[in-house]
Amino acid sequence: MNQTFPLLSTLIFFPLAGALLLLLVPRRHALFIKASVLIWTLLEFALSLPLFYRFNEKTAAMQFVELKEWYPEWGISYLLGIDGISMLLIMLTTFITILCILCSWESIKDKIKEYYVSFLLLETAMIGALCALDLVLFYIFWELMLIPMYLLIGVWGGPNRIYAAVKFFLFTMAGSVLMLLAIMALYFHFGGETGVYTFNVFDLYKAEIPVVKQYWLFAAFAFSFAIKVPMFPFHTWLPDAHTEAPTAGSVILAGVLLKMGVYGFIRFAMPLFPAAVVAATPLISWLAIIGIIYGAVMCIMQTDLKRLIAYSSVSHLGYVMLGIFALNMQGFEGGIYQMLNHGVSTGGLFLIVGMIYERRHTRMIADFGGLSKIMPRLAAFFMIVTLSSIALPGTNGFVGEFLILLGTFRSNMLYGVLATTGVILGAVYMLWMFQRVMFGKITKEENTRLTDLTKRETVILCSIVLFVFLMGLYPGPFLKKMDASATGYLKYMQAKTSVYKAAENVPPGRPADVK
Amino acid sequence: MVVTIPEWAFGYIIPEIIITISAIIGLLVAAFGRKESGGAAASAVALVGSGMALVFTFFLWDVNTSIFNNLYTIDNFGTFFKGLALIVSLLVTLLSFRYVDREGIIKGEYYALLLFGVLGMMVMVSSNHFITIFIGLEVMSISIYVLCGLLSGNRASAEASLKYFLLGAFATAFLLYGMALIYATTGILDIRGIAKYVMSGNFSLTPMFMIGMALIIVGFGFKTASVPFHMWTPDVYQGAPTSITAYMATGIKAAAFGAFLRVFYTAFAPLLMNWSEMLWVIAVATMTLGNITALVQNDVKRMLAYSSIAHAGYILIAFVVGDQGSSASILYYLLAYTFMNIGAFAIVIILGRKGTENTGIESYAGLAGRHPLLALSMTIFLLSLAGIPPLAGFMGKFYVFSAAIKAQYYWLAVIGVLNTVRRGSLLLPESCHGHVF
Repeated sequence: MNQTFPLLSTLIFFPLAGALLLLLVPRRHALFIKASVLIWTLLEFALSLPLFYRFNEKTAAMQFVELKEWYPEWGISYLLGIDGISMLLIMLTTFITILCILCSWESIKDKIKEYYVSFLLLETAMIGALCALDLVLFYIFWELMLIPMYLLIGVWGGPNRIYAAVKFFLFTMAGSVLMLLAIMALYFHFGGETGVYTFNVFDLYKAEIPVVKQYWLFAAFAFSFAIKVPMFPFHTWLPDAHTEAPTAGSVILAGVLLKMGVYGFIRFAMPLFPAAVVAATPLISWLAIIGIIYGAVMCIMQTDLKRLIAYSSVSHLGYVMLGIFALNMQGFEGGIYQMLNHGVSTGGLFLIVGMIYERRHTRMIADFGGLSKIMPRLAAFFMIVTLSSIALPGTNGFVGEFLILLGTFRSNMLYGVLATTGVILGAVYMLWMFQRVMFGKITKEENTRLTDLTKRETVILCSIVLFVFLMGLYPGPFLKKMDASATGYLKYMQAKTSVYKAAENVPPGRPADVK
Repeated sequence: MVVTIPEWAFGYIIPEIIITISAIIGLLVAAFGRKESGGAAASAVALVGSGMALVFTFFLWDVNTSIFNNLYTIDNFGTFFKGLALIVSLLVTLLSFRYVDREGIIKGEYYALLLFGVLGMMVMVSSNHFITIFIGLEVMSISIYVLCGLLSGNRASAEASLKYFLLGAFATAFLLYGMALIYATTGILDIRGIAKYVMSGNFSLTPMFMIGMALIIVGFGFKTASVPFHMWTPDVYQGAPTSITAYMATGIKAAAFGAFLRVFYTAFAPLLMNWSEMLWVIAVATMTLGNITALVQNDVKRMLAYSSIAHAGYILIAFVVGDQGSSASILYYLLAYTFMNIGAFAIVIILGRKGTENTGIESYAGLAGRHPLLALSMTIFLLSLAGIPPLAGFMGKFYVFSAAIKAQYYWLAVIGVLNTVRRGSLLLPESCHGHVF
């Protein structure tokens, strides 16, 4: 695609520019700050629309590529590009960020300027990480995501925020520094092998790495990404982070940041180390299944709404990982689709819980009951989003989960059967939670005084519901965008892994003809 | 032996000459001038002198030569460190102006000693001979001993000075003894000469030589504040005037690493196998202990002291590796480290009052509300010290670890990065946000 306008760079640095400009605004103009940030993120979303429309869905190649020398002595380049997978995630990011700004409108009263600066910085880092195709560049954006998120939790979070923020930071950093070492090891291995020292991911895809070394390097990458996803047993930071984060923080965390882990698997860990993927597929699939069931069971027992949704994220992301590692078309596309769904529906759930919390200042399920009589509009939206999270046919969740399960059944019947139990559990915990909060008698006096949705909140939830149905009833346009990329990706993975699979199946005594 | 000094050789040491002259002028001005103007003049002289010396140091870039019968060598390695020492001197002079006034430190001596210290550093990093290294080290150290105690009437400052002096003298003795043992086995004091001798056929690794090497490691380990020779660091860093703490944490450390590198990468380079394991252990111990102890500090100066110990550990990682790339990564690391550390200390100085320095971490609470710009800078310095991209500290760490990975010191690198995580846990909650915000 020939185009001279550096669209991706603009998308990455537009929020950063906004953050810098915002620093110049005196802090007493609170309304001006909020309005300008909203307009800024709307503009960012508008800027990202051309990605969707001008995206060439016939090719698996990277599009909107930008390449500049950055540090040629080390082979570090400023290389950006997107395919169907990252394009959709970028769209999700720019969309969710607007909702985050909107939902913080009333709830953030303290240090407003710093809050929005952090948010804009976070947007820069997220889009950067999704576009970067140079490992060092990716790593920089990846780590950069940590600081604003850390501040969002730690400064504007709940009572136990410092603990949650530090836990979040340490978990993610522990993973990512090991990834940094793996990146260097890969770099020196490839350089030693070919004489070309580069961090360009597409060059590194060609590296021939000894199998044992692949295991180690994959382990380091996978550790980092599995923490971010989060996969069982690395998920323990998530409930704390979600519970303590402000509403918008939870929304962006669930909506986009968790997807970064999966995206890291897709873009880096899997294609770079195919032999390790062959070996690790059972392990990761089992961890995903444990995550699905464990997350769901934990949900049933939760008393805090936000914690419940946090554990449901663990369960949902388990599906995503299972689908991706099925390594067939249905599972893979379902996994990516489910990432988008999860962003919309879990994001929506966090928004709704945030709205209830703003009115009632509690998130305990026991404190509610019968809210549907007092807040009928909220109840309707809540119902739709809940059903989308359960994956009722007709909502977006169904498409993703159905594709994932289809793909999983095709690759391994047992995994499929086990994963399906998660669907049932999902219905159990979500509907039970909904029933306890929304129906029944009004037991608490305070609940009778709650007000229904404001216009601003209605707008937010309408946009969520719009996507719930749009993606549920008419998934075509979204799936079509990623078709070519997914096909190309799977073809590539097939070619790479079949070599190692063949080597595994060679009967003993006969020399394996790897290469 | 007929000693001939070619006249033109002085051209190569113009920066050192400038620093010496300005130190002396500073002393004289302060002694004979009026009390008020004399002090100000001394600081101006220090500033101008360091600046001029820095300019002349730039001209020495890419000059490679040995002068004064191989006692002194001019190469990019040394020139880099000289530049670094002069930058430190400039920055410390700048941040001393108000501090020295506030604390009532005698200005003439203060700036003169500062410059003599820098002179010592410059000599140390450019010498090609054990004797010159020793002279440089002593010139530097003695200035610092005095500088540490310049807060008159302050017990902590006096304690810092005495402690540093006693332990420092002890460590210097170790270094000197090590040098003596090396001389006893080889009969050579010239660093390159030792390397040549070690490579020649008639060298055998005697215990005496090994002990000599170990003692030299002890001596330099003390100056670079590596574990287990770090005991003096927290007390001295806390007690000394804050500007001098900044000076010690950056200038001395850099110069000591400069000389350390030169001795081990030149004289003992062929014996890499023998000393790298020793340093491996020291590196791991240094970063682990530095980071763990820093975690529980609630005094900013002490925390920065332990953090500087941990940084020495990171630098030692690259040191252990021992090739060209690692040397470059150490230089970069020291450069980045100098700026972020002096920055952090500058903020400590700005926030202090006369007598009470307000270095308790709790006094940083809510800094963002009172001084948003200072809080922002402090956050950036601390994040950089923690090694978060895209700041300089990250690139420094990146180079150091890549040197380790390249040489396949995987475990060292893994221990190193896990320590980075602990650093994150230390610097973020304690200062950057739990209290600053």
